[in-house]
Amino acid sequence: MDISAYWRTRKQRLSLTGEICPHCGAKLFPPRDICPHCGKPARTPYHFSGRGTVYSFSIVYNPPEGFEPFVPYVVALVKLEEGSLITAQLTDVEPECVYIGMPVEMVTRKMREEDEDGLVIYNYKFRPVLQPTSL
Amino acid sequence: MTIMKPLRQVGIVSYGAYIPRYRLPAQEINRIWHGNAGLLPVKAKAVPGPDEDTITMSIEAARNALRRAQVDPSELRAVWIGSESHPYAVKPSSTIVAEAIGATPQTLAGDWEFACKAGTEALQAAIALVGSGMAHYALAIGMDTAQGRPGDALEYTAAAGGAAYIVGPGEESLALLEGSFSFVTNTPDFWRRPYQHYPQHGGRFTGQPAYFRHSREAAQHLMEELGYKPEDFAYVVFHQPNVRFPTRVAKELGFRPEQVQPGLLSPEIGNAYAGSSLVGLSAVLDIAQPGQRILQVSFGSGAGSDAFCWLITERINERQNLAPKTRDYIARRREIDYGLYVRYRGKLLMH
Repeated sequence: MDISAYWRTRKQRLSLTGEICPHCGAKLFPPRDICPHCGKPARTPYHFSGRGTVYSFSIVYNPPEGFEPFVPYVVALVKLEEGSLITAQLTDVEPECVYIGMPVEMVTRKMREEDEDGLVIYNYKFRPVLQPTSL
Repeated sequence: MTIMKPLRQVGIVSYGAYIPRYRLPAQEINRIWHGNAGLLPVKAKAVPGPDEDTITMSIEAARNALRRAQVDPSELRAVWIGSESHPYAVKPSSTIVAEAIGATPQTLAGDWEFACKAGTEALQAAIALVGSGMAHYALAIGMDTAQGRPGDALEYTAAAGGAAYIVGPGEESLALLEGSFSFVTNTPDFWRRPYQHYPQHGGRFTGQPAYFRHSREAAQHLMEELGYKPEDFAYVVFHQPNVRFPTRVAKELGFRPEQVQPGLLSPEIGNAYAGSSLVGLSAVLDIAQPGQRILQVSFGSGAGSDAFCWLITERINERQNLAPKTRDYIARRREIDYGLYVRYRGKLLMH
């Protein structure tokens, strides 16, 4: 990945920062500056809660280069509670335990490493909601 | 000899723990390397997943601290991370963490290094930064993903975990700093040279001249200067390289087991290195009540100890339940075997 591309997208990758449309109120992820719902400019940053549910998922056994350490892993469509549907890797879960409708929360994790002397790419992933044992 | 305390009253405004999900039972290491004949220093150790490192773990601990504090992250004037497992040799962990939690760009950021004392060194500096009036809030984190050489005694305990602390003004604090004391000498008990993957240590030498002397001196001087005795503390938390060392130093100083046990996490998660006493403290803060006093003593090889005396305030109860507790992370556990541990920790060299 280009350093510049990683740098430009750092806020959305690290903290799930998208945009909110000041005209129609739609919350957008990824940020795209023009609201796809009303077609007007939308550049106000919006920090998503990170909570959502698994909308659909697939288990990856033959990964693209750089993702070998995580095999087998789950790539899911996650429906955020604000409405956006995004693609993300699930973590801290065995593939056989994933189900449609599973409540998940965002965590920031290593997505991949660019060789031994390259950048470490961090990105949002989702995991099953941490269960409190003591509340 | 005088204790350290800023002119302005400061304390812990908030805290957040993180411990990864995977556990390697000590019995599994014993099976592979010692034919089931070794002595087990802990029951299991916490192992980071393949997509975790000191940066990702620090981010989650910091988010937990921010959730408890209900403070805007842009108000943090420092993001400091103490660790001996920063993912980069050159490039700060702290800038990535600061960006992820929303503390950039108007903040200090830096990585601290002092073996297992790096986390409390960052905490001391955060206390000074707030105490001097240079900052309203400062974030100090101790976090590690420690590596022990396969087959070495340290492999049983070298674990992952830690905690984040937001230091702020006394009137906003859930625990007030009554004083701190640091005790440091040049004692070569444990080290790692550049480009080396695993540390070396002095075996039995790591005990009496290193861990015990520094922990004892720091704790004793702080208690003497403050005029406190062991019975004045509800809890005591030492650095936890195993179970035996903190248990023994606590007993030598006159503490009872019930003061030690709530913050003694090493039996279940191993030694979290720079995060060890800080995550022990977070477990105690999860259950502490107003008016209780806590003695925290870190230890870092090389060598030194930081001792802190914390007095819990009325604010503790309103914040304890605002984020996951340390015990929630301890209860979230999946045991792995040695093979998966080798894969997750990158110990397999392909030829």
